Amino acid sequence: MTELNSNIQKPSLFQHGTLTRHQRWRLIKDNVAGKGVIFGGLGVIVAIVLIFFYLLYVVFPLFGDAEAESVAQYKVPEMQLGKTLLLAMEEQNEVAVRYTEQGQAIFFAVATGKTIRVEALAIPEGVQITSFAPGSPAKGVVAYGLSDGRALVVKHDYKISYPNDVRLITPVIEYPLGKEPLLIDTEGNALEKVAVRIEEEISTLAAKTADNRVVLSSYAKEESMFDDEPSLEQTGSVLDSIAMDVDYLLIEKEHRLMYLASKDGHISVYSIIDKETPELIQHLSVVEKGRDISSLEFLNAEISLLIGDSSGLLSQWTIVRDDKNQQVMQNLRTFKVSDSAVVAINAEQRRKGFITADAKGNIGIYHSTAERELIKENISQSFPAALTQSPRANAFLLQAADNTISFWNVHNEHPDVSFDSIWKEVWYESYPKPDYIWQSSSASNDFEPKMSLTPLVFGTLKAAFYAMMVAMPLAIMGAIYTAYFMAPAMRSYVKPSIELMEALPTVILGFLAGLWLAPFVEANLVGIFSLFMIVPLAVMIFAYCWQQLPKSIRHRVANGWDAALLIPVILISAWFAFVISPAIEQLCFAGDMRVWMNDSFGIGYDQRNSLVVGLAMGFAVIPTIFSITEDAIFSVPKNLTVGSLALGATPWQTMIRVVLLTASPGIFSAVMIGFGRAVGETMIVLMATGNTPVMDLSIFQGMRTLSANIAVEMPESEVDSTHYRVLFLAALVLFLFTFVFNTLAELIRQNLREKYSSL
Amino acid sequence: MSIKEWFKSGSPWVWLNAAAVSTCIILVIGLLLLVAVRGMGHFWPADVVEYSYVEGEKRTLVVGELVDSSVMSAKMAKESGYKLKDNAETLVQHLIKTGNRDISGMDFRWIQQQNIQSESSPDEMITIERREWGNFYGRLLAVKENGKVIASGEKAWPVVQERLEQALDIFEEIEYLQKKEIGAINYRLERLRLKQKSLELKGKWTSEAAENQVKEKAELDKEYQGYQQQLAALYKKIRRDSLLASESTGKELEIPLESVVHVIRPNSMNVFTKMAQYVAKFGEFVSEDPREANTEGGIFPAIFGTVMMVMLMAVIVTPFGVIAAVYLREYAKQGFTTRLIRIAVNNLAGVPSIVYGVFGLGFFVYILGGNIDALFFPESAPAPVFGTPGLLWASLTLALLTLPVVIVSTEEGLSRVPKSIREGSLALGATKVETLWRTVLPMASPAMMTGLILAVARAAGEVAPLMLVGVVKLAPTLPLDGNFPFLHLDRKFMHLGFHIYDVGFQSPNVEAARPLVYATSLLLVMVIIGLNLFAIGIRNNLREKFRALEGM
Repeated sequence: MTELNSNIQKPSLFQHGTLTRHQRWRLIKDNVAGKGVIFGGLGVIVAIVLIFFYLLYVVFPLFGDAEAESVAQYKVPEMQLGKTLLLAMEEQNEVAVRYTEQGQAIFFAVATGKTIRVEALAIPEGVQITSFAPGSPAKGVVAYGLSDGRALVVKHDYKISYPNDVRLITPVIEYPLGKEPLLIDTEGNALEKVAVRIEEEISTLAAKTADNRVVLSSYAKEESMFDDEPSLEQTGSVLDSIAMDVDYLLIEKEHRLMYLASKDGHISVYSIIDKETPELIQHLSVVEKGRDISSLEFLNAEISLLIGDSSGLLSQWTIVRDDKNQQVMQNLRTFKVSDSAVVAINAEQRRKGFITADAKGNIGIYHSTAERELIKENISQSFPAALTQSPRANAFLLQAADNTISFWNVHNEHPDVSFDSIWKEVWYESYPKPDYIWQSSSASNDFEPKMSLTPLVFGTLKAAFYAMMVAMPLAIMGAIYTAYFMAPAMRSYVKPSIELMEALPTVILGFLAGLWLAPFVEANLVGIFSLFMIVPLAVMIFAYCWQQLPKSIRHRVANGWDAALLIPVILISAWFAFVISPAIEQLCFAGDMRVWMNDSFGIGYDQRNSLVVGLAMGFAVIPTIFSITEDAIFSVPKNLTVGSLALGATPWQTMIRVVLLTASPGIFSAVMIGFGRAVGETMIVLMATGNTPVMDLSIFQGMRTLSANIAVEMPESEVDSTHYRVLFLAALVLFLFTFVFNTLAELIRQNLREKYSSL
Repeated sequence: MSIKEWFKSGSPWVWLNAAAVSTCIILVIGLLLLVAVRGMGHFWPADVVEYSYVEGEKRTLVVGELVDSSVMSAKMAKESGYKLKDNAETLVQHLIKTGNRDISGMDFRWIQQQNIQSESSPDEMITIERREWGNFYGRLLAVKENGKVIASGEKAWPVVQERLEQALDIFEEIEYLQKKEIGAINYRLERLRLKQKSLELKGKWTSEAAENQVKEKAELDKEYQGYQQQLAALYKKIRRDSLLASESTGKELEIPLESVVHVIRPNSMNVFTKMAQYVAKFGEFVSEDPREANTEGGIFPAIFGTVMMVMLMAVIVTPFGVIAAVYLREYAKQGFTTRLIRIAVNNLAGVPSIVYGVFGLGFFVYILGGNIDALFFPESAPAPVFGTPGLLWASLTLALLTLPVVIVSTEEGLSRVPKSIREGSLALGATKVETLWRTVLPMASPAMMTGLILAVARAAGEVAPLMLVGVVKLAPTLPLDGNFPFLHLDRKFMHLGFHIYDVGFQSPNVEAARPLVYATSLLLVMVIIGLNLFAIGIRNNLREKFRALEGM
C-alpha cells in the first residue's frame, strides 16, 4: 500500500518543470476558489453574529453611565452689583444671565465669565425690591416684587445673527407686561413672596404681602378693535387669612393650581382655574417631623413638585385622582440625595430629569421616571448660591458662596430608561398607581415617555398563545393522519396544499383577517363558537353512520381517503352551525351575545381582538407545525408499527402509545418552531389587532405586539434617541427569544435524527 | 357494532384527525377562492340600477351599482333606530355605490329594501370612470366641442366613444412628454446643480466651469420651452371636448373628456362585450399607474418595483447562498463547526423578519449608507442619497432574510449528488474546484433553482422589513428609467405586499378601495403560488432523476 502511495504525488505550484502553464493556472483557480468558499461560508456565521452584535451595540448606550467634566471656573461677573437671585443659560451654552438683588441683569460669557452686557431693570425710584421669582425656565421670565405692592415682570431673550457666517448671540431685556410695574396689592403692602407665569393669552401673578395676605392677579390680553396695542384685562382675588407661613409660592404653567408651602413642611394646594374664587384642594404635610423643606421646584411640565428637605431626601409629589375622583397630592418617589440639606434643585427643560446641590457643594443629576442617579460630583467646598442647567441639559453652572462660578459639561444621553423602568411597574405622573404602560411619544416636550416593554411582551405572548391554541390541534392531528393513516395517493395532494399554505404571504392573511374576518366574527360570534362544538359532533355522527353502512358502499371509497369524505360533511355542518346560530343566540343570550357578555360579566368586545388574531395567525403557523410533525411521524421506523400491530394493538393504540411517543421530540420541536414563528409575526398582528398596548387576558380585547410596535414606531422615531434604542431593544428581545427557541428545537431535532439512524 | 365497541377500536379519533386535515384543506382552498372571487369580481362591469326610493315623504331616484346587502333582525333594527314597516321580521339593507362624489360628497349609500318602490336597469345608463372624483353614474345627454353641442341624445353615444379614443391618445402623449421628456430635463438640471456644488466643494469652481454651466442650463431651458409649447398645444386639443351628463336628481354635469378613462353602458352590454371590457380593465390594472391615493387605477409601479427588487435580491443571494452551501458540504470538516453553522443557518431562518428590517435600517441605511454619502456624495448634503431607505438596502436586507432558504436547498441538492461522481471526477485528475464547477454544481442546479424560486416567492410576500428599508406608498419614478445611470439604486420603490397593506388600511376611502385590495392580493397570490408550484415541480423532477442515480 505504501509503495503505491509514494508514487502518487500531489502536484504543487513549485514543481515548475513538471507542470504546464495551464495546469498551474488550474491549481491557482483551485486554491483561490477554495479560499473564497471558506471565506463565504464563514461569512454566514458572521452575518447572524453581526445582527446580534449590532443590536447590542445600539442598545448598549441605554444603560451606560453619564459623564460630567469641569470646563471652567471664574469669579462671578460684576459681583459689586449684588447677590445672585437667579442664574440662567441659553441654548448654545455661550451666554448666561444673572439677576441681582439690586435689580440688575448681567449677561456674561459662559466659557470665560466676561461681562457682555449690564442692564439696569426698570425698577422705579424710591422703591425697594422685596422679592424675586423666576417664571417657567423655558420662557426666560422673572418677576421682582416691590415694596409698594407692585411687581415688575422682566424677560430676557437672545437674538441670534450670523455676521460673516459666524454666530453671534445678542442678549436683550424685554418687558412683556409693560415697563411700568403692575399693581398687585391695592393696599400697597410690600410683596414678600411673588410668583409669575406668562402665556400667550394670559399671565398670572401671585404674591404674598407683608400683612400675610395672598393676592392673585391675572391679566388676559384683549385685542381691541380700535387700538393697535392689546390691553390687559385684569381679574383677581385675595386670600385673606392664610393659616401658615408662606415661604414658597408657586403657580403651575397651565394657571390652574397654586401651591403655598412653609419651611416646616406644610403645603396648601389651591385650584385657581377661576381666578376670582380660588379653592383650597388640600392641605398636607410633606416631610417628616423635625425636617424642613430646604428647596422646592417644579419638574418639567410643572405637574410634579420636587421637594428637597433638610435631611438630604428629595421627593416627587404630584396631583392624582383617587378612587373617589378627588384630587390629592401623592408622593411618587423619594431619592436619597445626600446627608446634608438639599439646597438647590433645577429641573431639565425638556426631560424629566433634574440636578440638585446640597449644602456641602455636591451636585447630583437624577432622572425621575427611571429613578436613576446619573452623576454625583463634588463641585466646591462652599455653600451653593445658584444653580442652573442648559436647556439641552448638556451643561450646568454652579455659583458657590466663595463667589466663583463653575461651568461643567454634561454628557447624559439616555437617562430616561433603566432596567426597572422597562420591565417593572412605574408610577407615572398623574396616574393613580404604578402601572405597566407603553406610550412612547407625544407632540409636546411636557410629555413623560412611558417605555415599559411589558405590555408589548404580554401582547406578543397572548397573540402567540391564541395562535397556538388554534394551530396545534389542527396541525398535529392533521399531521398524525397524513403521515400514518392517509392513502399515499391522497397524501401527494395534501402535502403540496399544505406547503402552499405556508407560502401564502402573511400580508394577505392579515388583510383578510382585518377587513373580512373581524367583521364576520363580530356579526357571527355565536356561530363561531357553535362551530367548535357542532363540527366535531357532526364528524363523529357521520363516522358512526358510515361504519354502519353495508360493506359494498364502504368499499367504494378506497382505504385512507377518509379526509376527502369528510370535506362535504364539514362544509355542511359548518353551514348548519351558522344557520342555527341566530336561534341559539336568541335562546341563550337574549338576542345579542356581545351585549349579554357586557351586561352580565362586564366583558367588552373589540372588533379586532385576540380571537381574530388567533384564527389568522393560527392559519399561518399550521403549515410550519404540520410539516415538521409529519416528518417526525413519518420517519418513525416501520418495524415499530408493524410489531405493535402484530401484538394485537389497534392502529389507534399503536399511534398513541408507540408512534407518538417515539416522535414526541420531533413534535415538541415542531411546536417550539411554530411558537417562535408566531412570536415573530408582524403583518397579521399589525392589521388584525387594534394595536392598543393593553394588558388584558380577555380573548375579546386587542393587543400590541413587539413586532407590530417596531413596524409602526421605527420609521417615526428620532435616530439614536432613547425611543429608537428602546425599539432596538424590543428587536433584540425578539431575536433572543427566537434564537433560544430555535436552537433548542434544532438540537432536539438533530438528536432525534441521530437516534433514528441507529434504529 | 355498538357505539362502545366502536369507540374502543379507536376509530372515532382517527376520523377526528382526518377532520383536522379536511379542515386545513378547506381553509386553504376557501381562502384562495375568497380572494379569487372578490378579486376577479372587481373588473366585471356591474349593472347600473335605478331605484325609485321613498324616504318619508320624499321620493328620490337612487342610481348606482349594488355592492352589498345586509340582513338585520327586527330587534337590532329597532335598537339602532330604524322603523320597520308592516311588522317585518328583518330589515334588509343594500349598499349602493352611487359614485358622483363631487356632487353628493359620498361614494356609497345604504338604502332600505322596504323603501324601494321600484327598480330598473335602463339600457341608457352610463358609468363613467374618471381620473378624479371616482365613478359617475347617470345618463348621457350630449357631446360638446369647444362649448358647443355637436351631438345629443342617441347620436351622442358613438361620438363620445370616438372623441374619447382621441382624447385618450392625446393623454398618452401628454403623459409621455411630461414623464419621459420633461422628466429627463429635470433630471439633467438636477445633475448640473449637483455638479456645480461638487466642484465648489472641491475648490475647482472656475469661471470656465461657471460659463459651461450657464450654457448647458440655457440649452436645457430651450428644450424645456419647446416641450412646454408642445404640451400647451396638446392640452388645448384634449380640452376641446367634453360630455354633458345628467345624474339621478336631474342635475346636469359637464365632464371634460380629459378626465375620463372609460364610458360604458353596462346594462346594454352582452356577455362578450363585458368579457372584452373585463380583459381591458385587467390589462389596465397591471399596466397603469395608480390614481386617487392608490385607491383607483393600476398597480404597475408596484409590480415593477417588486420585480426589480426581487431580481436584485436574487443576484445578491444566489452566489452567497451557493458558496455557503458548498462550503458546508464540500470544504468544511464535518463536526462541531459545521453543526454550529447549521444551527446558525436555521436560526437565521427563524429570526422574525422585522428584526431584519431593524438591522437593515440601522446598519445598512444609517451606517453604511451614511458613510457612502459622506465619502462619495458630499455635494448632495443635507439631502441623503444612500443614507436613506432605498432599493439597494431593501434588496440587501431581503437577501439576508432569504439566505437560509437558498443555503438549505442547495445543500440538499449537493447531498443528493452521489459520492461516486465526485470521486470519479477527482480520479480523472480534475481539481476540486473543477469537479464542483463542471460536475457537481450542474447536477445540483435544479436544487439551486428551487431554492432561488422559494426565496423569490418569500421576498415577494414579505412586507414587514420593507416597511423600514425602502418601500413607499407612492413612488413618482421607477428605479429603472432612461436617465443615466439607468438603474437608480437609491430610489424608493413600491411593492405589491406593501400596496395591499397601504390600500387596505391607510387609504382615505377604504370602502371604495376594497375591491382593489382583493384584486392586488389575487395577483400576488397567483404569482407566489405559481412560483411555488414551479419549485415543487422541479423538486419532484429532481427527486425522480436522482432516484435512478442513487442506485449507482
